[in-house]
Amino acid sequence: MAVTRQDRWLGPAMFAPALLYIAGLVGVPLVLAFLYSVGDVTVGSVGYHFVGLANFRSVLQNPAFRGALWHSFVFTIAAQLIVIVGANVLALALRNPFRGRGLVRFLTLLPWVAPISLGAIGWKWILDSIYSVVNWALVSLHLVKPFDTPMWLGEPSLAMISVILVHAWRMLPFSTVILLAGLTAIPRDIPEAAAVDGAGFWRTHFEITLPMMRPIISVALLFGIVFTFTDMTVVYILTRGGPYDSTHVVPSYAFFAGILGGSLAEGAAASIFLVPILVLVAWAMLRVAHRSEVV
Amino acid sequence: MAIVETKDLTKVFKQGQLGAVNDVNLLTREGEFMVFLGPSGSGKTTLLRMIAGLEEPTRGDVLIGGRVVTRLPPRERRIAMVFQSYALYPHLSVYKNIAFPLRAQKVPKAERGPKVEWAAGLLGIGELLDRKPRELSGGERQRVALARAIVREPSVFLLDEPLSNLDAKLRASAREELTQFHKRIGTTTIYVTHDQVEAMAMGDRIVVLNKGLVRQVGTPREVYDEPADTFVATFLGSPPMNLIDHGDVLVGFRPEHLLPTALIEGPAVAITARVTGVEYLGNERVLYARIQDGRFGDQRLIGRLPSVYRVEVDEGEVVALGVPERNLRFFTKDGGRRTEPRGLAWQ
Repeated sequence: MAVTRQDRWLGPAMFAPALLYIAGLVGVPLVLAFLYSVGDVTVGSVGYHFVGLANFRSVLQNPAFRGALWHSFVFTIAAQLIVIVGANVLALALRNPFRGRGLVRFLTLLPWVAPISLGAIGWKWILDSIYSVVNWALVSLHLVKPFDTPMWLGEPSLAMISVILVHAWRMLPFSTVILLAGLTAIPRDIPEAAAVDGAGFWRTHFEITLPMMRPIISVALLFGIVFTFTDMTVVYILTRGGPYDSTHVVPSYAFFAGILGGSLAEGAAASIFLVPILVLVAWAMLRVAHRSEVV
Repeated sequence: MAIVETKDLTKVFKQGQLGAVNDVNLLTREGEFMVFLGPSGSGKTTLLRMIAGLEEPTRGDVLIGGRVVTRLPPRERRIAMVFQSYALYPHLSVYKNIAFPLRAQKVPKAERGPKVEWAAGLLGIGELLDRKPRELSGGERQRVALARAIVREPSVFLLDEPLSNLDAKLRASAREELTQFHKRIGTTTIYVTHDQVEAMAMGDRIVVLNKGLVRQVGTPREVYDEPADTFVATFLGSPPMNLIDHGDVLVGFRPEHLLPTALIEGPAVAITARVTGVEYLGNERVLYARIQDGRFGDQRLIGRLPSVYRVEVDEGEVVALGVPERNLRFFTKDGGRRTEPRGLAWQ
């Protein structure tokens, strides 16, 4: 087939908007972040001086940042563990038809489709120090004393747990939908063959279903880790990193230091720490997905 | 080894609708090779799945070895099943596929190896043990599925159209192998198929099903020669049995029994017919004809003329055909049930 002049331009013309969009909204900020992280820019400055790795050194020496880096890992790993286990359970429960399955599926998806700010504000009230319904319920059940209720967002370890749980709540629908797709892709014959072969529920699940779903679980995990590692919405709305910086994660630290604190260079340097970790995670997960591909 | 029995076994998928399986009462013999034969939608697979425990009956009972197993899960029924798709575990090697039932039944590790070797050897797949299912051909997959089924020496074998994914040539040899295999193992086997050739060739007895009802149970010879009703008569045999409308009955005869009168010995009914088409198939000629007789209208006939007979038959020709009287079968007009033979006066 002859390539006409039109054909040669049509293709590039069609994908140019997407390319421009990504270059403008992802590429430019990324390049800027790299530039800022080795410069001395602040929100108010007009010049740019190259300072080498000084920003990285100063950020690393800051205990608040080191805490945030550590919290990022705790936050991501704990939230993803809860999400993957929960999504597995939900996907299994939603696989077979039952009365009201449509409604349960809808409710499961709700945290994902509703705006996160709304959800998180709802949680802020649920976990409020005075008006918390959780505490009200605990008091009513005589599990805690009326004037000594847990401060869900006011105590470092409880705050971290709260942030993790709310984020897991938010990510759960996404993973559930992916796992459900993976689960329904397994031919019905295979678990049935396992049942005839003498395997019970657990053996079938751990030795047949889960290994067959490994590629799709890898994909769900990859997306989940990236979303969680780079996200600050829940932290920002619920705790703003507090109490005493105990729930700061790298993205929220970078935002507070760089945008609210005005030190763009420090914020940029902090956020650059996400890059190698994310690249590594993406590479590892794609490898796993590729290797365990099954016919 | 064990006997399988069903009592009034019924499965209704949607309430108010006709069941997929209706009041089926069957009893296998010890070590028998029983075939469930029927068109798609006849309920044969549902029936098998209820025996396996993969489908819960709406009503009725399943007995294996005299024990009621209706409410037991598949793993407590001591059965093995080969699925149409083979349902091999794609992420496990052939060895691990075959060993899986042993692991599931907590056979000690030391005993598993020899058993897997034995099953693999029996099916001639000893050198494939390290492969993954995706690296196997259709025939090899089928053998692995069989090896996985026999490895724990089940009391009953259930096979759901295991040959339908093989090409025609392989299917014929696999059929023969399966028969030999059954003779060696001697385990009671239930085999589901829609292929009458498989059913005739392999079955000790055939259960003919249609619309969830058992139409006939009998040896291949019985269901072919003495069909219980017009469904069995026309479902078995290719081309199917001729059914001629005659007064208050339907008269049936197999195409191979419709021959030129000159070739028939003994008493026969004569039919004058105009040949509308001849297919030469090498080993035989298939004749398409219409009866030339006002009283019986313009009914169609199909005949099979073995090539050993060198009679000239041409298209358009009016020929004198006949059917030996002993080969006539009679069916009622309403319901198509088998009925008493009677005298015929066609000419």
